[in-house]
Amino acid sequence: MSRLIRSLTSSRLRQAARVIAPFILCTILSGCAMIAFVPEGLVARQERTILLNAVTIMLLIIVPTGLATLAFAWWFRAGNSRARYRPDFAYSGRIEFITWSIPVLTILFLGGTAWISSHDLDPAQPLPVAGRVLPVQVVALDWKWLFIYPDQGVASVNRLVVPAGVQLRLQITSASVFNVFFVPQLGSEIYAMNGMATELHLVADKPGTFPGLSAHFSGDGFSDMHFDVNAVPQAQFDAWVKTTAASGPTLDDAAYRGLLRQTTNVAPYTYHAVQPGIFAAIIQQKLPPGDGPEPAVRPQQKS
Amino acid sequence: MLGKLTWDAIPFDQPIPLAAGAFVVFSMLGMVIFLAVRGYVPYLWREWITSVDHKHIGIMYCTLAMVMLLRGFIDALMMRSQQALAYRAPGYLPPEHYDQIFSAHGTIMIFFVAMPFVIGLMNFVVPLQLGVRDVAFPTLNSVGFWLTAAGALLINMSLVVGEFSRAGWLGFPPLSELKYSPGVGVDYYLWALQISGVGTLMTGINFVTTILKMRAPGMSYTRMPMFCWTALASNLLIVAAFPVLTATFAMLLLDRYCGFHFFTNEAGGNAMMYMNLIWIWGHPEVYILVLPAFGVYSEVVATFSSKPLFGYRSMVIATMAICLLAFMVWLHHFFTMGAGADVNAIFGIASMIIAVPTGVKVFNWLFTMYGGRVRFSVAMHWAIGFIITFLIGGMTGVLLAVPPADFVLHNSLFLVAHFHNVIIGGVLFGAFAGYTYWFPKAFGFTLDERLGKIAFWLWIVGFYLAFMPLYVLGLLGMTRRMQHFDRPEWYPWVLAAGVGALVILCGIFVMIAQLVVSIRTRDQRREPTGDPWDGRTLEWATPSPPPEFNFAVLPNVKGEEPYWGMKQRAREATRLTPEPEYEPLHMPRNSPTGFVTAFFAVVTGFALIWHIWWLVALGLLGAYATFVVFAWRDESEFVIPAEEVARIDRANRAAREAYLTQSQSQTQGQTI
Repeated sequence: MSRLIRSLTSSRLRQAARVIAPFILCTILSGCAMIAFVPEGLVARQERTILLNAVTIMLLIIVPTGLATLAFAWWFRAGNSRARYRPDFAYSGRIEFITWSIPVLTILFLGGTAWISSHDLDPAQPLPVAGRVLPVQVVALDWKWLFIYPDQGVASVNRLVVPAGVQLRLQITSASVFNVFFVPQLGSEIYAMNGMATELHLVADKPGTFPGLSAHFSGDGFSDMHFDVNAVPQAQFDAWVKTTAASGPTLDDAAYRGLLRQTTNVAPYTYHAVQPGIFAAIIQQKLPPGDGPEPAVRPQQKS
Repeated sequence: MLGKLTWDAIPFDQPIPLAAGAFVVFSMLGMVIFLAVRGYVPYLWREWITSVDHKHIGIMYCTLAMVMLLRGFIDALMMRSQQALAYRAPGYLPPEHYDQIFSAHGTIMIFFVAMPFVIGLMNFVVPLQLGVRDVAFPTLNSVGFWLTAAGALLINMSLVVGEFSRAGWLGFPPLSELKYSPGVGVDYYLWALQISGVGTLMTGINFVTTILKMRAPGMSYTRMPMFCWTALASNLLIVAAFPVLTATFAMLLLDRYCGFHFFTNEAGGNAMMYMNLIWIWGHPEVYILVLPAFGVYSEVVATFSSKPLFGYRSMVIATMAICLLAFMVWLHHFFTMGAGADVNAIFGIASMIIAVPTGVKVFNWLFTMYGGRVRFSVAMHWAIGFIITFLIGGMTGVLLAVPPADFVLHNSLFLVAHFHNVIIGGVLFGAFAGYTYWFPKAFGFTLDERLGKIAFWLWIVGFYLAFMPLYVLGLLGMTRRMQHFDRPEWYPWVLAAGVGALVILCGIFVMIAQLVVSIRTRDQRREPTGDPWDGRTLEWATPSPPPEFNFAVLPNVKGEEPYWGMKQRAREATRLTPEPEYEPLHMPRNSPTGFVTAFFAVVTGFALIWHIWWLVALGLLGAYATFVVFAWRDESEFVIPAEEVARIDRANRAAREAYLTQSQSQTQGQTI
């Protein structure tokens, strides 16, 4: 073992280092990427911390193991006369104890982290943010997003305007197939499923525009199922509600049935009024799920 | 008369699939004509198509896997090039086509590349390592292979006739329900996998029986080579998990064909149930694939370190622990479905626990090299490349098992990078290691080492180039299956991934070149002793290629690594054991049952997809009749006379004797 360590400084091992370098680079690369992902909300920030912690803990095990693999393979290469050949070395209680202990201890630690953070960041739990909560009802449609503001009585398609710093309570459902509601910079994603509502709490720390998208494939128009989250100061939000309520179409049964038709690339627009209880009607399937592709516009069998 | 099948099914207006389909059809036709003209058909029929020899079936499985790897990789190249061209642009593949390509890519790579590859290796190797003459049910083995091939054929038919599924490789409802996917694509997907799934289940039953009941005298469980242990674990998982897949698909088929409501939005259907069921199969599936690959690495690392595997008992415990835990973690595939903190946390921790036995395995390979004499052959390159790559894949896996981390990574390209990291870096590298390692056993000559190493470096560099950017993209919030995108920060990484795919393409070309060159120079690469790597397990005790009966006399196993022991004793005694008494051997007769059944399975599947009901009846009847004819056979075995056995075994003994004398004089020379 000591000879092995001494050899690590020898010039011949510099060659091996050249082989190792790309792997270390990759590790650093993924590290940099995490910095590239800029969280803009409390949830996203906490999740990034968990991500970074977990990676750091694991890198402490993985980097030495990877280096040891290359070092062992190189030192014990067939041509190396300085390495001692031990053809019968196939068991060592002490080593086995260590090889079981290292992963067990790591996982014990990470498992604890997972348990605590799962509870802290359960999407259905309200966030420890003071002040009022803004409820928003989200419907994933083929292939656009409908955001209903029950308290304000307005609705918006493909654009979610929210006050910055205010906690959002999102109730999410789907009008047809599965989708996932995801605003990467704000944090947690969650499924949108027909006939049920999932719940998600998010908050945008500061004003800004954050891209959102569907994170579950939902058919041909899936790639265009993105929207912007506009986090604005409270006053601006109030003004937006006021102008929205002033004009535009009404979201009622008929309008909703129109939305069920498969369309892509719908430019954002708003509804000045919302028929009360429409979200509940969607969840309870009083308003039926979408019909999927219409025979007339259905693409050819083979595309 | 022809159900839904009309001329519209052929994509005359779509140049890309039409050209691809025409290429496949014409190359297959060309192959058939070539074989017929050269008069190879009787040979193929006798030695391969009707063969029930596990070695031939194993080779056919691996061949199928490699051919389908090309198909699946072309899909991958199309996806990468589409995304590279689709930044603020539509690219060249419309969504309807792109969606089929990623669905086909996943389906093919898992079911018709990874599965046949590991099953092929198990088929070829397990009976040889156990020191027996065949698997428990040789004809069933042939049926299993041909049903898998039937599924592969059906999937490729969808290129030309109709379309393939656009609902992803797991076909999640409600999208895969009739209402949202009215075409035949999902039906192609379902029937192809139902048929090949039956084949896989047969293989599982066959191998569990073989390993539990048919080992050479003295080969107790604790003396079984590591690869056999992993094969046992993998096949136990097949037996437990594949019926779940079949049942799940059957329910979806009932929804689509008979108007049931298992997974529909309406009438109390619950698509979340499908998610649960498919992943109760899907997660063990990962271990069905990777455990045999772990077995290959165990064999390769031990052989090329010239040492026994370190911590054999730990390895067995770890393997069986993974086998058990594999069934307890399925929910981690949908933490974001809102199950609640307790459920998520429990499944997250259960998933992490799998990292413990896996970590132990890595350490044991490490300590197998410790104190060894490591020879950097191509197989060993794959093994070391695997350990490094799998460390990263394992780390990102544990990361995804932390529910709050998964909340921002679920379904992102980070996830895509992770599972390619473990499936390419784990399963495929293992398959390549096994291919290089056992190729001389199968064909009697070694593969070119230089080209093999070039291929390895191209693959590993290509892999890192193609998938490290996907990790980054996932962290930047890019989800999978996007046909186009307009976010500038993603674009450079998408391009980098495309370059990586091209490097992997070069690796594939070099592998093909390696095979061609090795075949052309096979006479210089012949390996007379049957033991090119100084092996330790029983398969190396047979000549290369092994005779159809594998062992003239069943070996008497006296410890772990029986062949190593035999060699040591022969070296010490400076001679082989005395010639045994040869007896006539009974071997199973060839049978076309598998091929004919698979033919009818294709007919039935095709008819079901296109709603041609009379043809369905005909196909089922044909398959049943084939089974009856097989069941009523009079003779199931033939006899190889003792003289023939003696002749083959003496030739091998002579080669080994010559090698022994030669190495003896060499060692003496060294001592002097």
